[in-house]
Amino acid sequence: MALALSVKNLKKRYKGGVEALKGITFEVEQGDFFALLGPNGAGKSTAIGIISSLMNKSEGSVEIFGHDIDVSLSKAKKEIGLVPQEFNFNQFETVYSILITQAGYYGIPASRAKVNTEKYLRALGLWEKRDSPSRMLSGGMKRRLMIVRALIHEPKLLILDEPTAGVDIELRRTMWTFLEDLNKKGTTIILTTHYLEEAESLCRTIAIIDEGKIIRNGSMSSLLKQLNVETLVLDLKEPLSEAPKLDGYVCSRVNDYTLNVEVDIEEGVNKLFALLTERGIKVTSLRNKANRLEELFIRLVNKQDTFSP
Amino acid sequence: MNRTEIAIALFTLVHKEIRRFMRIWVQTLVPPAITMTLYFVIFGNLIGSRIGEMGGFDYMQYVVPGLIMMSVITNSYANVASSFYSHKFQHCVEEILVSPMPNWVILFGFVIGGAVRGILVGILVSLLSLFFTKLQVDNLFVTILVIILTALLFALAGFINGIFANKFDDIAIIPTFILTPLTYLGGVFYSLDLLPDFWRAVSMVNPIVYMVNAFRYGILGVSDVDVYFSIGMIGFFVVIFTVFSLWLLNRGVGIRQ
Repeated sequence: MALALSVKNLKKRYKGGVEALKGITFEVEQGDFFALLGPNGAGKSTAIGIISSLMNKSEGSVEIFGHDIDVSLSKAKKEIGLVPQEFNFNQFETVYSILITQAGYYGIPASRAKVNTEKYLRALGLWEKRDSPSRMLSGGMKRRLMIVRALIHEPKLLILDEPTAGVDIELRRTMWTFLEDLNKKGTTIILTTHYLEEAESLCRTIAIIDEGKIIRNGSMSSLLKQLNVETLVLDLKEPLSEAPKLDGYVCSRVNDYTLNVEVDIEEGVNKLFALLTERGIKVTSLRNKANRLEELFIRLVNKQDTFSP
Repeated sequence: MNRTEIAIALFTLVHKEIRRFMRIWVQTLVPPAITMTLYFVIFGNLIGSRIGEMGGFDYMQYVVPGLIMMSVITNSYANVASSFYSHKFQHCVEEILVSPMPNWVILFGFVIGGAVRGILVGILVSLLSLFFTKLQVDNLFVTILVIILTALLFALAGFINGIFANKFDDIAIIPTFILTPLTYLGGVFYSLDLLPDFWRAVSMVNPIVYMVNAFRYGILGVSDVDVYFSIGMIGFFVVIFTVFSLWLLNRGVGIRQ
């Protein structure tokens, strides 16, 4: 499969000596839906800044659909659409004018720019707002405007840096459907997000970056298999004054009526319930503390050694 | 990008820059018109009538080319410095940086936009001056060439200021502490012949002296310095500032670091 993006030994040192990226290497295949995850300050936005040429790199190489950004930057840029984390459009311009201008920067003639603008504004439900000054839009609308702007030149690679931050659940799901549809039609998508549920449901491949290094990279399914411990939350019928000691399980008391239990995947839950019944502890309901990707993520960035080799 | 795409990108940027200052015309076009009208009234009519002749012309006639040039300089500079810095401040410079536009198109887009404002204000001030004096053009070619080159030069200088600026103060400091003194001491209001030898020699290192005098030569046919040397100097600085601006853009100074 051809590569949409190839990043090799990418390093970034800021003035003052802070090393935001310490030599990251990863690849994104054409047509993939890829998540770049990591805690705040891990280097995600720096990596995206360099890939989309908003920032100079210190070392390493970046190729976009085979175009090295050091050799054929203009060709590489044409293939990318960027939805940044911060609102970065002119607050005094109208929605329509922002989009037509952006198309112009890519050398797209006005006739085609108008067609693309209408197509994507309608697809993201912003057509009625086309004459509004961008500052008058709600937060969710501003995010969608940035998606439309990134798509105006119909790039083959769309990079979204936390596109659903501050967006309500209903709109977030609408955006997911839109992105899934776009990906099915052939656009490669790279996503960073703090909503791990979002990454787990949308993305097929992930890379987790922490302190400027890639600490895990692979397919979503293979990475989730590495998670051999899950935390269950048990709601109790009667209060408990202290956490019970259950052989093979780590229990912690959240409050009188709630217990957290770490369950080893190999161990399973049958024995847990047998032990609870033995102690006379009645459980009224049960749920996962976090989704699996979230659990994996938290354990990885907290350096807990709970993974299979 | 092919030639057509580059032409579209350049047109888009220039058009956006012109639309920006036209949209806020009360802030961009009216103030220089009012300021220059006051200069015409006070220096030209009230005080000028007592000064008598300068360079063989009455003071009003003498001072008008200098004031037109002053408007061109300050407006070309201010337009690009504030527009480019606003792009950085609002982060919308990123819209430009992610696009495949070559750096020279980015530079020319902003600079042409700024030069157009400078020239437009220059035309406006020239028209206003007609209420106070007769304005005859002695050498149309020199007049047009000097006004265009000067507008481009100061638009370039404004661009460099915008690149280095990290806060709004930074785009006010250079005009206040460098540009305004150089303009006022650049022979806008007086002939260098009035100065003692020492200050006359010092004035000759002020680049604005050459612009004001070359423009005055175009309008009145008189100059304190050789006009073709002046045009050469302005052209030389345009080339130097262009090369320096492109170097800054290629290095990503102030925008990609």
